Amino acid sequence: MGNEFLPLLYSFHFYLFGLISIAAAIAFVTRKSPVAAAMWLVVTMFALAALYVMMDAQFIGVMQVLVYAGAIMVVFLFVVMLLNLGHPSELSDIRGKWGRIIAGFLGLALLAEIMTLTRSPLELKLVVPAIAVSVNSTGGIIGGVAGPLFREYLLAFELTSILLLVAIAGAVVLGRKRSAN
Amino acid sequence: MMLQEPVVTGHPLADTVAQYVWLLPVLPLIGFLLNGALSMKAAAKLGPNDPSAADHGHHGSASAGVHDADHDDAHISHDDHPVVRHKYAGLVSLIGPGVLLLSFGLAVAIFFAMRSVDMAQPYVDTLFRWMPVSDMKINVALQLDPLSMVMVLVITGIGTLIHIFSVGYMQDDPGYPRYFAYLNLFVFFMLLLVLGANYPVMFVGWEGVGLCSYLLIGFWFSDKANADAGKKAFIVNRIGDFGFLIAMFLLFANTGALDFAGIAANIDKLPVGGAVVTAICLFFFLGCTGKSAQIPLYIWLPDAMAGPTPVSALIHAATMVTAGVYLIARSSLLFSLAPVASLTVALVGGLTALFAATIGLKQWDIKKVLAYSTVSQLGYMFVGVGVGAYTAGVFHLVTHAFFKALLFLGSGSVIFAMHAAYHATHNHADDAQDMRNMGGLKKHMPVTWVLMWIATLAIAGIPVFSGFVSKDAILGAVFERAQGSTLANASLLGIPGSTLLYAVYAFGLAAALLTAIYMTRMMLYTFHGPNRTGADAESHLHEAPWIMTGPLVVLGLLSAVGGWLNLPEFLPLGPTGVFDKWLEPVVGASTARIAAGGGALAGSTEQALIGTAVAIAVAGIAFAFVRLKPAALVPKKDSPPSFGFAKVLENKYYVDEAYDKAIVQPVVNGSKYILWKGVDVGIIDGLFVNGSALLARALGWIGSQLQSGQIGTYAWVLVLGVIALLGAFVRVH
Amino acid sequence: MLAEALALSGVLFVIGVIGVLTRRNAIIVFMSVELMLNAVNLSFVAFSKLYGATGQVFVIFVMTVAAAEAAVGLAIIISIFRHQETVNLKDINLLRG
Repeated sequence: MGNEFLPLLYSFHFYLFGLISIAAAIAFVTRKSPVAAAMWLVVTMFALAALYVMMDAQFIGVMQVLVYAGAIMVVFLFVVMLLNLGHPSELSDIRGKWGRIIAGFLGLALLAEIMTLTRSPLELKLVVPAIAVSVNSTGGIIGGVAGPLFREYLLAFELTSILLLVAIAGAVVLGRKRSAN
Repeated sequence: MMLQEPVVTGHPLADTVAQYVWLLPVLPLIGFLLNGALSMKAAAKLGPNDPSAADHGHHGSASAGVHDADHDDAHISHDDHPVVRHKYAGLVSLIGPGVLLLSFGLAVAIFFAMRSVDMAQPYVDTLFRWMPVSDMKINVALQLDPLSMVMVLVITGIGTLIHIFSVGYMQDDPGYPRYFAYLNLFVFFMLLLVLGANYPVMFVGWEGVGLCSYLLIGFWFSDKANADAGKKAFIVNRIGDFGFLIAMFLLFANTGALDFAGIAANIDKLPVGGAVVTAICLFFFLGCTGKSAQIPLYIWLPDAMAGPTPVSALIHAATMVTAGVYLIARSSLLFSLAPVASLTVALVGGLTALFAATIGLKQWDIKKVLAYSTVSQLGYMFVGVGVGAYTAGVFHLVTHAFFKALLFLGSGSVIFAMHAAYHATHNHADDAQDMRNMGGLKKHMPVTWVLMWIATLAIAGIPVFSGFVSKDAILGAVFERAQGSTLANASLLGIPGSTLLYAVYAFGLAAALLTAIYMTRMMLYTFHGPNRTGADAESHLHEAPWIMTGPLVVLGLLSAVGGWLNLPEFLPLGPTGVFDKWLEPVVGASTARIAAGGGALAGSTEQALIGTAVAIAVAGIAFAFVRLKPAALVPKKDSPPSFGFAKVLENKYYVDEAYDKAIVQPVVNGSKYILWKGVDVGIIDGLFVNGSALLARALGWIGSQLQSGQIGTYAWVLVLGVIALLGAFVRVH
Repeated sequence: MLAEALALSGVLFVIGVIGVLTRRNAIIVFMSVELMLNAVNLSFVAFSKLYGATGQVFVIFVMTVAAAEAAVGLAIIISIFRHQETVNLKDINLLRG
């Protein structure tokens, strides 16, 4: 395989995974069954993980598979099944025809705006973070992420750990069956 | 704007004692702060549980208002209470008159420095910048020139004497430090008024003296009548102050300057006899009618006699009420450009002089007589400055300060004695200020008697006494202007100026006659004839202590020989026209402009005028002696009510009642039925208050309908919001 | 590359929005929000290829928040289901004032 094919192969895979993710996302929002929807969302996440890897964010891609597609979506599925929501007798939860049409137009309007804005010349300071982070290639794949995470963003990192702790406590409190009821 | 910068550099006064001119007002201000602090300290320490406050109610906290007041002043002490002086009385007696004495000493030093230099230009000392707003650069600046020097000497000189008198007069008053604090504050503001180098600073002083006047009229505020008199003075003065303000605005709008030097430099912007300068002068004169108690705003001054008598002497006779005269003399440049306004001033002054004199004929309260006399004499001063005889007007201001302060302090001395006598005999019923209750006091108070006669002769215009010289100068000037001047050529309301001036001259003569009569009447009823106090009280009548008679003697001397300051040429007892020459740099040009077109009076005419004036004065005194029978007078409680024209005069032409019906009641009713019940209850409460509550409730109802609790709806609204927000960004880029 | 990635990110985000707007099942709405978060992550990663690793750091933060949100959100949904026997948003108006 010659090197001249590499960009072509790259582009091919990029568009392939992009189309897969869009198709799976559309399938996700249109499925009646929550279980099917969840499965399609997992497909989207896998496709995104592939794109992450292609964009030199291998660590994020791994995280996407392990945490998102693996852990979070499993929790979703677990809850869906726990509540027995996939029952066919359940009425469709999708809105009526007019609701869908208006939602479609709103979505198109939003998309148009997003496209316009992402193509408009923004000031560089709005794009590049104020904290100058050097691209560290010596630390390998993980080191490139870990460097800024544990240096410039250490405080934010610690705060997220507190957030997770609070979330755990909250989930436990909310999920506990009250004896009074 | 260069004009508003100080002209200190190069002025011959720059390196003399005059550089301490700022100390003149600051010294009384320090006195105010110290006395005020002592007053508050004393008041703070006395509580309701304080034994001394409980035992001697009205000797306790002054500001707490525990004071069972009589209807007249000179509250020496009350029967069953031992006399307890204020705990800080000694200190206050030192500070109060002390700062005035220092200020007077400084004024004298500056006066001598000024005498030895050329005062063609005023000396302006800029203390600090006050209102630097765009083109308007107003500094707090003091101006020394011959005119302000005269005023400063009068204020600090007479002020010192009256402060010293007050030490005796007010010695047992529970509000002793408060009294001196107010008095010192008054002197501070009065000095600011006459020293200010621009109208805004002058206005601060103008308002400040009004405040102090209010505070001191209502000094014994626990008595409602006194507090009401203070409010009346304050409110009536507000009307005049409005005129002062409008005049300032007009002046700035048309000349771009508010300081005296700047106005003089820009005077070309005001056309001679133009509507603008006439309006400015008339609005200034409106301010004068308020502060100096002229028709139609004179009504507050007689009521102002509710204050302590030394206050009446200092504020309501010698200094503050003459501020209007000072204002016109200070603005002589403007008034000389507005013949119509000057004519108005002269006419109103002449009318007031006559009108107030007629009321003075039938007053029984000794202070009321003097109050109307003051209004009348102020009228003379306005006649003087109105006809452009600025030096004569200001000179009458000075001599009037001498003899009227003497008359008031003398009456204070009489009231003091009457009070003491009534106090000793436990008499609460009789009025210590009513002349019907006096009589025959000359053998008990010979010093006061002699001195008050000197003042009476002075005010009546008997030759050689000070009042003769100044009053005659004014009347002579009126006659001279009537014969030919810019005023005689102008006209007011279609009446030619010369006719008006002859009328003013006639008013002046008539007022002079009445002045001689009512002053003699006052003297006869007070000091001559049999005593009507009653046998018990008579034995307690005695002369006031030296601290009160001392200032009287000084004032008596000044009243007698004050005329020497400005001897007319026909009376060459010394150098003539000293005062005229002194004020020449300030008002000379204005006087010349008004007098243009006329000549000095012929010697024979002048002698005839003087002869007439003297004859009238003598006739008035003689008439009073012949017609009035002090022996036939009975005490107030036995007096029959008067009838006919006498009753009209006794009730002051019912002017207060007419104002009440024409102005006060409509305002009260309008406020009550239109503003309160209509605007306030109907529109404000109904429409605005309840209406806005209704509106808020309606909006709240609409808002609550949006809160459906449906998360789906919220999501839709949220997305719409995001689209709108991003849409705004799209448009920006 | 960046432009395409951003376009893809925008499309996925809008699909998530439409999901939120058209579905009434609380869990599917929730998952739509997750899709929106993923779309944002994609743009972060795309930017990080140009401007350094900071974008990836933010992706980690977003994932953490998403995990926390999932835990708490699902706990709430379970809690509501216990009371109402439904997760249909039409029938849930506990926020009504």
